[in-house]
Amino acid sequence: MQIIKDKAIIEDNWVHYCGEGDLPEGDLIVSLDIWQEMDLSGRNIGLQLEPDDMLSDIKDDLHQFDLIAINFPTFADGRGYSMAKILRDRLGYKKEIRAVGDVMRDQLFYLQRCGFNAYEIKSGRDIVDALEAFEDFSVKYQTSSDEHIPLYRRK
Amino acid sequence: MYQYNENDQRIVDERVVQFRGQVKRRLAGELKEDEFRILRLQNGLYLQIQAYMLRVAVPYGLLSSRQLRMLAHIATKYDRGYGHMTTRQNMQFNWPKLEDVPDILDDLASVQMHAIQTSGNCIRNISADQFAGVAEDEIVDPRPYAEIMRQWSTFHPEFAYLPRKFKFAFTGAAQDRAAIQFHDIGYRAVKNYAGEVGFKIYVGGGMGRTPMIGKLVNDFVPEKDLLVYTEAIMRVYNQFGRRDNKYKARIKILVHELKLPKFIELVETEFAALRQEGAVPLDAAEIDRVTAHFTDPDYMDLPDKSEVFNQYLQDDKDFSLWVKQNILAHKKSGYAIVNLSLKKPGVPPGDITDDQMLSVADIADDYSFGEIRSTHEQNLVFADVRKDDLYQVWQALKDVGFAEPNIGTLQDMICCPGLDFCTLANARSIPIADKITTCFDDMDYLYDLGELKLKMSGCINACGHHHVGHIGILGVDKKGQELYQITLGGSAGDDASIGKIIGPGFDQDEIIPALKNILSTYTRLREEGEGFLAAYRRLGMSPFKEQLYANN
Ligand code: HEM
Ligand code: SF4
Repeated sequence: MQIIKDKAIIEDNWVHYCGEGDLPEGDLIVSLDIWQEMDLSGRNIGLQLEPDDMLSDIKDDLHQFDLIAINFPTFADGRGYSMAKILRDRLGYKKEIRAVGDVMRDQLFYLQRCGFNAYEIKSGRDIVDALEAFEDFSVKYQTSSDEHIPLYRRK
Repeated sequence: MYQYNENDQRIVDERVVQFRGQVKRRLAGELKEDEFRILRLQNGLYLQIQAYMLRVAVPYGLLSSRQLRMLAHIATKYDRGYGHMTTRQNMQFNWPKLEDVPDILDDLASVQMHAIQTSGNCIRNISADQFAGVAEDEIVDPRPYAEIMRQWSTFHPEFAYLPRKFKFAFTGAAQDRAAIQFHDIGYRAVKNYAGEVGFKIYVGGGMGRTPMIGKLVNDFVPEKDLLVYTEAIMRVYNQFGRRDNKYKARIKILVHELKLPKFIELVETEFAALRQEGAVPLDAAEIDRVTAHFTDPDYMDLPDKSEVFNQYLQDDKDFSLWVKQNILAHKKSGYAIVNLSLKKPGVPPGDITDDQMLSVADIADDYSFGEIRSTHEQNLVFADVRKDDLYQVWQALKDVGFAEPNIGTLQDMICCPGLDFCTLANARSIPIADKITTCFDDMDYLYDLGELKLKMSGCINACGHHHVGHIGILGVDKKGQELYQITLGGSAGDDASIGKIIGPGFDQDEIIPALKNILSTYTRLREEGEGFLAAYRRLGMSPFKEQLYANN
């Protein structure tokens, strides 16, 4: 599947595993429940968080994940933005943070500002067109995960 | 007033380009309506019964004459020749075509205006005391802080998809004229014993179907912490505000369900964590930079007494009535604050035509440093008029139709669009407002009643602020019949309170007699000099209720 990562389109091989059927080959993205309940040793693991998962439950295990996916059940649900920011700025998570679910061009500018660097664009949407969204604005007033100096102090 | 620098301008210009692209994708079918809806709402574009409606931001109610002329141009070119002042100091257009909206935004950007975040579940345009900077009772001018907050909240990446809309209001005066206790966050700028500026912060006020008065969350947040403390509140709300039920999604419900001490604890913990991570406090230099845009205009040194003015007062009774009702004292001697009344029989409260906008802009250029303000009571203000000029200003305003001497009277009512425009309405409100202003047109009687805040909404969403009217009118639907419920005792000021329902509702023919009845109880029982609200608070509901339903 093609996804956007670090502002480029790449072929991605991570597999979303929801717990049904045999465990597929390869690198797995799983929910918190599955990660807690199943034996996944020897695999590269990506953890998928839902908006109401508590970061306090996993904050000591972050080093075990090669990526963290944050799900947007609908793009009107903005909890994932705070989650990513806390992961980056408070918990110091440095690897991939991926937006999945109801994700399209119009959120990308804000998502990248909050610490996301990978995006599974929902099906039926033009992924090439979506790339342009990173350039929607050339000026940012506030500090955020991508910019720690407020506009008035930048030169 | 604030002038955009290159960065500010670039942001609004880039927004126009972005929105033009979104409209194009919508028209080409690449965006579905339910997706586009969320995007257009963040840009002030609603879909109503008859058409789209575009809400243009007037940050903290400040407009230049040049901006007002552009609004007039938009009303002429893209609308039906008029606009509407809202209860959050913005200007709304009721008839734009979707295809035209990007061009309208371009026109707005050319005069440093926009429609960014005037609706949607994001931090909305910020409102403030309409007399900021000129009021006699001001302690701190809130405008620089409101502007700093406007910039901070514009396209804030973390808070664009909140559980629900989010409204800020600022005041820095002894008397709250911005209804800060009925906003999601209300900021009252104060000074501490050392003369340092800080903010009393109220959270969780609001109207709608569950009206609540904002609760004091922090007594003094130093100015340098204004943004980080706000960020902490917003983050707590974004994470924990309810998203399962639209009617329980406002921050007032979160504060209510968590209970205030727990809410404060969450905010303080978040604030401490943000600081520890190195959140940047607001620089004094930045406060100074923005404050420099709000210095006094070039006032003349004038005596407080104006001979010309006093002569006109003596000679012209109509003029002196207008002065008594619509003019307020100014902090600078020899100057006055002029309220323009947008309320009169036959016109929906807050409506203003393109020609009126142009005339108001001209008068502002001639007499008030080219600046106009909008108020949450849907009127306009000239903040800096020389007393010597008041007579000329009055005559000019009479020609425009904005010199009705009715500010603060029963005629000066707030009223939502109601069934004529709004898909959610239970009942009409504009025609009822018109009946009321037409019927209560004896000015001597209105002056005798004194200050009386009458507010009307066409449904429980309370866009017309009926909860905080001394007398509130609420349109309800009773088995298909439009009925009007009356509440008494609300107030949006420092003595904030929510009105109580007096009893069964009235139909549109009964509403005027019911109002007359309530007012006669007041005039009969009031003490010397006692206003309606004070009398109600002393007497309670019973005498009003007994009299009103005496024959049933
Ligand atoms: C014509 C279409 C309109 C619709 C469909 C509409 C809809 C709504 C809804 C649903 C709410 C309740 C929101 C909530 O409690 O979360 C609301 C609140 C409000 N609206 Fe409107 N509105 C309209 C027009 C207006 C206009 C023209 C004004 C200004 C004159 C206005 C000012 C307000 C205010 C001040 C509130 C109260 C905010 C609060 O709850 O604190 N609305 N509106
Ligand atoms: S109060 Fe109700 S009827 Fe009036 S504008 Fe708001 S939603 Fe519509």
